[in-house]
Amino acid sequence: MTYSYFPGCTLKTKAKDLDRYARISAEALGFTLEEIPDWQCCGGVYPMAKNEIATKLSSIRALANARDKEQTLVTLCSACHNVLKQVNHDMQTDEDIVRKANNYLKLDTPYQGEAQVLHYLEVLRDIVGFDTLKSKVTNPLKGKKIAAYYGCLLLRPGKIMQMDNPENPTILEDFIRAIGATPVIYPMRNECCGGYLTLDEKSVAESRSNKVMTSAADMGADMVITACPLCLYNLRKNSGVSDLPVIYFTEILAQALGLE
Amino acid sequence: MADYKELVLTASGVNPLKCMRCGKCSGTCPSYDAMEYHPHQFVYMVEKGDIEKLMESKSIYTCLSCFACVERCPRDVEPAKLVEAVRLAVIRQQGKNHLKSEQIPDMVDEELPQQAIVSAFRKYSK
Ligand code: SF4
Ligand code: SF4
Ligand code: SF4
Ligand code: SF4
Repeated sequence: MTYSYFPGCTLKTKAKDLDRYARISAEALGFTLEEIPDWQCCGGVYPMAKNEIATKLSSIRALANARDKEQTLVTLCSACHNVLKQVNHDMQTDEDIVRKANNYLKLDTPYQGEAQVLHYLEVLRDIVGFDTLKSKVTNPLKGKKIAAYYGCLLLRPGKIMQMDNPENPTILEDFIRAIGATPVIYPMRNECCGGYLTLDEKSVAESRSNKVMTSAADMGADMVITACPLCLYNLRKNSGVSDLPVIYFTEILAQALGLE
Repeated sequence: MADYKELVLTASGVNPLKCMRCGKCSGTCPSYDAMEYHPHQFVYMVEKGDIEKLMESKSIYTCLSCFACVERCPRDVEPAKLVEAVRLAVIRQQGKNHLKSEQIPDMVDEELPQQAIVSAFRKYSK
């Protein structure tokens, strides 16, 4: 199976590991990530206003490209995933945005939200299947206690992301079980790390990410995994907790598949 | 004087009259301590047309767009969209960008992901 892949700007620079391990793991699991030609940065945050059109166009171009190729669009960064799904939802439901965006874009076939967007984790769960993943694991991470950090953008708004139950998610814990490790459930796993406020009001990012990391540490985690470069940064740099490693879920996946 | 209430309502698509003032949005807001006006106050202040106070407040920059208030509001009011619309009413004005590119070099370090800068520009500048 081949997917249209939207890597996003950060996976080409600071978050190369998130991308690299995802690609080699995909090949080992029997699917291919085919990069969308000329994709442009999604902007990192969904433009919420009804009258924001220009800021949605880069996402729509990527979505329309996947539609034209009759491929499902797959993405890895929590933020890209959030932006692409929310913009796609606008293109399915908001006539005014559909009309204005198409007036700008002048595509051969106007775009109306036809593409399907999946996060890489959804491909693992819904297409590969966690049982199949488990059977391909050559290096099970036995005894490792791993805390999954969802943050905000993988899950919310739940009715648009449709990835998992936004208040009691299981997808990452099921993933952790599939690679032979033990999931650690902790209260702050779906609360915000402070996001972009690391630039404008660092104290917010420090206190938020500290709460997340101490919550995971208190529940006995050996390691925290995430799908988001900014979560990774905040949890590592701003939390004040340095003895709990934070890594991308794709790196631990590649490890379990014996690819690292 | 622009009709800010109309502007904010149209841009956000929010109907503040749906709010039952339960305060759940503010109770769950991770930026609560850094906000002078909290999400439930955005809802009733927009409804009253009290927009200028919100426009002058730093609360419009400390919202994290985490969608917690959107997810957890029992009435589907979507307070975050009001915060966004008020902020846009400010930064869309000439010379009102909250973040300027010359500030960036002092803010970055070796590990800072591009995503942080891109997102901050989307939120703070036009
Ligand atoms: S979310 Fe990030 S990493 Fe993804 S493309 Fe957009 S800004 Fe860049
Ligand atoms: S947890 Fe942090 S970086 Fe991650 S999605 Fe939320 S704000 Fe963004
Ligand atoms: S949670 Fe919803 S209903 Fe309750 S105060 Fe906030 S906006 Fe109003
Ligand atoms: S989106 Fe903004 S206002 Fe709403 S809970 Fe998050 S930080 Fe608070």
